[in-house]
Amino acid sequence: MKTLLNAKELQATLARMAREIAQAAPRDAEVAVVGVRRRGETLAQRLLALLADAGVKPAHHGVLDITLYRDDLTTIGPAAVVRGTEIDFDITDTWLVLVDDVLYTGRSIRAALTALTDFGRARAIRLAVLVDRGLRELPIQPDFVGLRQESTPDSEVIVKLSEVDGVDEVEME
Amino acid sequence: MSDAAPEKPVWTRKHLLALNDLSPEEILYVLDTAESFKEVSTRSVKKVPALRGRVVCTMFFEDSTRTRMSFTLAAQRLSADVVDFSAKVSSASKGESLRDTARNIEAMGIDIMIVRHSSAGAANDLTQAVDCCVINAGDGQHAHPTQGLLDLFTIRERKGRIEGLNVAIAGDIAHSRVARSDLRGLVKLGANVTLVGPPTLVPRSFEQLGARVTSNFDEILPEMDVINMLRIQQERITSSVFPSIREYIRLFGMNAERFQRCKPDVLIMHPGPVNRGKELAADIADGPNSSILRQVTNGLAVRMAVLFLCQQAAAAEKST
Repeated sequence: MKTLLNAKELQATLARMAREIAQAAPRDAEVAVVGVRRRGETLAQRLLALLADAGVKPAHHGVLDITLYRDDLTTIGPAAVVRGTEIDFDITDTWLVLVDDVLYTGRSIRAALTALTDFGRARAIRLAVLVDRGLRELPIQPDFVGLRQESTPDSEVIVKLSEVDGVDEVEME
Repeated sequence: MSDAAPEKPVWTRKHLLALNDLSPEEILYVLDTAESFKEVSTRSVKKVPALRGRVVCTMFFEDSTRTRMSFTLAAQRLSADVVDFSAKVSSASKGESLRDTARNIEAMGIDIMIVRHSSAGAANDLTQAVDCCVINAGDGQHAHPTQGLLDLFTIRERKGRIEGLNVAIAGDIAHSRVARSDLRGLVKLGANVTLVGPPTLVPRSFEQLGARVTSNFDEILPEMDVINMLRIQQERITSSVFPSIREYIRLFGMNAERFQRCKPDVLIMHPGPVNRGKELAADIADGPNSSILRQVTNGLAVRMAVLFLCQQAAAAEKST
């Protein structure tokens, strides 16, 4: 078990990501932040506050549950737990930041992009992830990255957030 | 997404036959899943790809417009292909022919069968004949589990809970699969259920299922949180067990006078279609205490959840 980010580093990393997102955000479009359930949802909540500090006030935020869009639904069976999507705004013409905790094969993000398409046509979708561990299986790349960490398929990157897990840290084992 | 799957899945059934089979946890799991599906119907694209490539067959051997439409829409919102097989069969020719019919339909590559039949146990019987998922959409007077689930869902949505609520089901209990499914589900989730109607239509034997039985509607009105008015089945009125319709309405109809005696926030339910002015006064059916249309809307989300969960269970069975 190796600690990649402790609580302080995690918070600093998110603050830096928020500044980068704020800098990239266009002035003539509404900014929307959408987190992928469940850790991405929590990270998105934190980014909302940090973005405000960085001078950008997102007009909308939401939560995306990608379960129904997964490409492995037929093999994971009853392990697929549907928790629901909460996007109560029209994403059309927004500059949308999609937030997830770990970027790995890219399949979750593929599912998220398909799901988002069903909600409208965003002006642009940008991807923000706390950890990019490489090993992509699809041509998907992040726009804002907290930490790039090389990994192997048999390793595991675990993001813990105080709201869900009682502690802030990122570990690899 | 680094979301760990729960160690032991709550739902592992590929068939839904009757609420009697389910644990309270399973029932609540369906309701929670349905909660998530409600949102899909509010999108501009009212569809998710969860059942893409799966084929659903609605098999209705008994008339139904809304239940079949609700199941069809639910399947379509999950991106399944839907085919319809509807035929009236004489009760004498059911048995083997139903099984044969089902086997033939399954041979065309059907993943889920939704079955309504006039004979109790028909859906259960089919599970012996086919490998695909079987969903009971009403079998005789036995069960109508998705109606039970959508009623539970609606009560929970409007009242915030089910446990401890006083719920009355009024009408022709003896012949009603809706009453049976509601009763089973409500008792499992801890509601206090009272069955109301003429003694010929509400046999005392229902007390064994955990309900209170009475023929005095007026007496119980003030304590009820929820009153579910069953439809008068016109075809039974001529039979000897049914009092005259005027007598029935006088004793068991929900009218303005009775409504006055209820709690101000009483929830009035009805499985539809309503005989306006008979078992239920029109202005109550359309009033703020009524959840009739809400039940129809919720039925869609509940059926989506049932189709999804049963299909996931079947997929898991295939992969092991």
